[in-house]
Amino acid sequence: MTHLIIFLAFGALCVAGAVNLLVQRHPINGALSLVVVMGSLAVEYLLLGAEFVAAVQVIVYAGAIMVLFVFVIMLLNAGEEERSKGSHVALLFGIPGMLVASVLIGWVLIERTGSHPLAAGALPGAPRTIGWLLFHNFLLPFEVTSILVLIAIMGAVVLASHPDADQGKKDR
Amino acid sequence: MVPIAYYLILSGILFACGVTGFLIKRNIISIFMSIELMLNGVNLSFVAFAAQWHALSGQIFVFFVMVVAAAEAAVGLAIIIAVYRTRETLNIDQVDLLKL
Repeated sequence: MTHLIIFLAFGALCVAGAVNLLVQRHPINGALSLVVVMGSLAVEYLLLGAEFVAAVQVIVYAGAIMVLFVFVIMLLNAGEEERSKGSHVALLFGIPGMLVASVLIGWVLIERTGSHPLAAGALPGAPRTIGWLLFHNFLLPFEVTSILVLIAIMGAVVLASHPDADQGKKDR
Repeated sequence: MVPIAYYLILSGILFACGVTGFLIKRNIISIFMSIELMLNGVNLSFVAFAAQWHALSGQIFVFFVMVVAAAEAAVGLAIIIAVYRTRETLNIDQVDLLKL
C-alpha cells in the first residue's frame, strides 16, 4: 500500500512538472520543472529497484545536463517566447485523435499486463551488478559510447567556438 | 505492489507531453527540453520492463540512453549557441533557412 502511495505521489509530481514545462513560457521555468520531473523519476526508479540508474539519473540528468541547459539559457539571455498561431485542423482532429489513441493504449496496457504487479525493488540493480555486466557482456558498446562522447565534446567545442577566434590568431 | 501498467502509462504520459512540447513550443531551447522529456519517458518504460522480465540489460540500456542524451545535449546546445550568434534569435519561426 505504501508502495502504491509513493508511486502515485511522485507520479503526480512528475506529470505536474511535465505539464508545467508545456505551460510555462520562459525557458528557465521550463528547465526547473524538468529538474522536478527528473528528480521524481529517480524515485520511481528506486521503487523498481534500479538503484544505479536512479543515482545516475540524479547526477547526470538532473545535475549535469540541466546545468548545461540553465547555463545556455542564461548565456543567451533567452526571454519569453512568442506563441505562433496553431492550425485549426490540428485543434479539431489532433486533440480528439490523441485522446482516443491514449485511452486505447492505456486500456490495452491495463488489460494485457495488469496481472503482473511489481513488488518494491523487483529487480535490484546495484552498482556492483550493473558494473559487472557493463564490463563483461557490454564491453564493446561501452567503449563505443566513450568514443561517441569524445566526438561530441570535440564537436561542441568546434561549434561553440567563436568564428572570429581563428582569424584573430592569424592576424597576430 | 504496483501493476506494471501504471509505470507504462506514466511513461506514456511523459512521452506525450514531450511530443506536445516539441510541436507547440517556439523557443529552440524549450524544444530541446521537450526532447529530453521524451527520452526520460522511454527510460522509465525500459526500467519497468526490465523489472518485469528480470533482465538487467534493460537498466544497462537506460545507462546508454543517458550517455547518448548527454552527448546530444552538448552538441545541440553548441548548435543553439552558433544559431543565436548568426541570427540573434531563438525563435524557430525565424530560423527557417539552412544558409544565411
